[in-house]
Amino acid sequence: MIELHVNGKGKSVDVASDTPLLWVLRDNLGITSVKYTCGVGECGVCTVLIDGESVRSCSITAKEAAGRKILTIEGIPDDHPVKIGWLEKQVPQCGYCQPGIMLQAVDFLTRNPTPTDTQINEAMDDVICRCGSHPRIKKAIRFAAEMTTKQGG
Amino acid sequence: MKTAMTRRTFLTKGSLVIAGTAMASQITLFNTSTTQATTQYPFKPHAFLEIAVDGTVTVWTGQTNLGQGSHTGIAMIIADELDAAWENVQVKTAIAAEPFKDPVWHAQATGGSTSIRHRWDLLRKVGSAGRQMLVEAAAERWGISADRCSAREGRVLHPDGHSLKYGELAEAAARRPVPDNPSLKSPQDYHIIGSVKKRLDIPDKVLGKTVYGFDFTLPDMCIAVVGRPPRFGAKVEGYDTQAALAIKGVLKVVPLENRVAVCAETTYGALQGRKALDIKWSEGSLPHLNDETLDLLFTDHLNKPGATAERSGDIAKALAQADRTIEQSYKLPYLSHAQVEPINCTAHVEKDRCRIWIPTQGQTATQHTAAKLTGLPVDKVEVMTTPAGGGFGLRGEQDPVVDSVLLAKILNRPVKVIFTREDDFANDYFRPASHCKITAGLDKEGRITGWSHQVAAPSVMSRVMAQYVENGVDADAVSGITDMVYSIPNKRVTYAMVNLPVSVGWWRSVGYSINTFTVESFMDELAHIAGNDPLAFRLAHMEKDSRAYNILSLLADKCGWGDSPSPGRARGIAVASCFESYAAHMAEVSVGKNGKITVHKVVCALDCGTAVHPDAIRAQAEGGVVMGLSAAFHEKIRFKNGGVDTANYYDYPVLSMSEVPEIEVYIAESQLKAGGIGEPVLPSVAPAVANGVFKATGVRLRELPFKTGLLARN
Repeated sequence: MIELHVNGKGKSVDVASDTPLLWVLRDNLGITSVKYTCGVGECGVCTVLIDGESVRSCSITAKEAAGRKILTIEGIPDDHPVKIGWLEKQVPQCGYCQPGIMLQAVDFLTRNPTPTDTQINEAMDDVICRCGSHPRIKKAIRFAAEMTTKQGG
Repeated sequence: MKTAMTRRTFLTKGSLVIAGTAMASQITLFNTSTTQATTQYPFKPHAFLEIAVDGTVTVWTGQTNLGQGSHTGIAMIIADELDAAWENVQVKTAIAAEPFKDPVWHAQATGGSTSIRHRWDLLRKVGSAGRQMLVEAAAERWGISADRCSAREGRVLHPDGHSLKYGELAEAAARRPVPDNPSLKSPQDYHIIGSVKKRLDIPDKVLGKTVYGFDFTLPDMCIAVVGRPPRFGAKVEGYDTQAALAIKGVLKVVPLENRVAVCAETTYGALQGRKALDIKWSEGSLPHLNDETLDLLFTDHLNKPGATAERSGDIAKALAQADRTIEQSYKLPYLSHAQVEPINCTAHVEKDRCRIWIPTQGQTATQHTAAKLTGLPVDKVEVMTTPAGGGFGLRGEQDPVVDSVLLAKILNRPVKVIFTREDDFANDYFRPASHCKITAGLDKEGRITGWSHQVAAPSVMSRVMAQYVENGVDADAVSGITDMVYSIPNKRVTYAMVNLPVSVGWWRSVGYSINTFTVESFMDELAHIAGNDPLAFRLAHMEKDSRAYNILSLLADKCGWGDSPSPGRARGIAVASCFESYAAHMAEVSVGKNGKITVHKVVCALDCGTAVHPDAIRAQAEGGVVMGLSAAFHEKIRFKNGGVDTANYYDYPVLSMSEVPEIEVYIAESQLKAGGIGEPVLPSVAPAVANGVFKATGVRLRELPFKTGLLARN
């Protein structure tokens, strides 16, 4: 049994210890907001936060994630500036990649609350969105940063 | 295209009485078998529309939500003619059924940017019929004539000022006859069409609540992955069943015709099980097929006589008498759809019905596939369309339906077949590669006297609808040439079909994604040789004040074509028309000494007729720029040893965040019929960039993806 700490709750799962966290979250815990796309850490669609840091859940085993604080999009408050920004700027098209990209944005904005456009490009350069929502992702991140600044962090 | 449905039949065809039922995974379905209206939803004037006693307006659609935003657009059209209160409107996806078939195609499908343009009259009439029946119900209650009443924001208004809510009138309205010919609004009376609205599907997508096909689950369902031939014509020579069964969760190994499936309790079990199978494959039928041999084959076809797709005037005479003749060749590669949600399908086959949950672009095709495999009548195949993580034309293909239905029958339980990313790339139905050669004549005044265009490309239609291939011509392979926006006095378009076992399919904008690049690049070459400005040269070959002429003029105005760009930058333009809309792009670029192209800005001008949902249209136009640039700079499927060599995104990079330029979108004001959106916004992106690069460097890029090495300066 592996003990996982997901969105503030403890979960025990009976899986092979080399099982990628992605499949444990989806198949064993039913958290399907964590999406499979490439399986090799290329696209960022399966991203979760582990101890606040964005991690590609396809590329970390359940055992490696055990005992650490895992957050999926459900674990981000609905009034979080990133969620508000994504709604306000009408970012998603198909939407499949967005939870992972949003979580990467949450991590980025935590580390850099007042990013420049270049910094946004660099921080988000390794995610894949096939619909081409990129211009709106950039706008939503700027929106979230401004909202956070106005709220005094 | 003309909608073939008569006014008299439009409502009877859609007059199913329906009831909503909640199913597993929160997918609410149409139950087309019941004839009873429910107490909660008493008013159902059409399969597309129901109104509840609490005033909730539910718009049912059979169109697939691929992210294009048409669900909200469809609801906006019905709600506008209904005079509904927008905050009471919701949209739901219906089970596949007759009323949701495309009125032009007579099949239920989402493709060809048709969701709205093929239903423009129908959707408005459904809303209008509902409004008329509600008004009549109110008039009856008040004992006054209906023409003294009006409707606004979900209420019918009495001439004295008081009103009744639609919910209060729903039961009475349901007893009114459905009008044969409901009157439609004048465009100036639209108040929802053309307005700023938030997309109805976005909140769930932001909250992670949307259940895509890949996420769908049923009690007792197992998950299957299938080992498919890695090379064309390869056959299974052996595999290790015991090793697969030894993996935790693996239930069964099932050999199918030319492939082997592993079914498991979990996704990881299925994936590990397939690895453990270690299938040995034969060499295949074309071991020497690779990028180089393919290139030679296409070039060879370019020099063969082609089937005539278009012939007008006397091209031989026009070229012979021209002041100058110009000839150039262009090459475009096979492309993958690379949609982020991999292909999948869940099937459950029972004695007297088969249920399928799938993010499909082809519901009717799915029904027919499953009916054939199960022996059930088509109407006993229930297709539930899940939201799709992109599609771009791929999701009408039937392979996952075939495998999930076959396996569900064999295992006698629900089966979800999934593709991995590697499966998706290896088994895509690629956008065909295409080579072409164009010869044109210019007269002394720099006008085009004749245009001869030979295309060598595989045919999608030959596979999917061979009956539409006439005299050796697949119209899609030459689209954008035969129907180009320019008036050319003498023209010849020929097509040499390249027959290969590489599977090809529809990809966003189909033939226009190819031929707009070649036509618009060559137009730019001709403009340069004629010593004319690229804009002026194009306009000079168009009918003045045609929609193409006007959209190009709007683009020129909005992007400031007459002004000089910033130092070091250059601009290119291109224009195209497809799917009943017109789009033009300006790309502002610079080229580094190492040949690196930077696209600083793209301006898009779009005439899509009535712009139903402007913000969703902008989103599509932005996405079209990103996908168009991605194809221009990066995308190419590679082949090796008789199979697909491209494995994952590391072999097939798509445009990244830092490469996405500033994008401006301008939508032309129009009251014409709504045209397509998803596809028309793509074709003119790549040639606009190539034309800008030529302006910047004098080097013409005639191949996609761009070979930027050609631009390096020492």
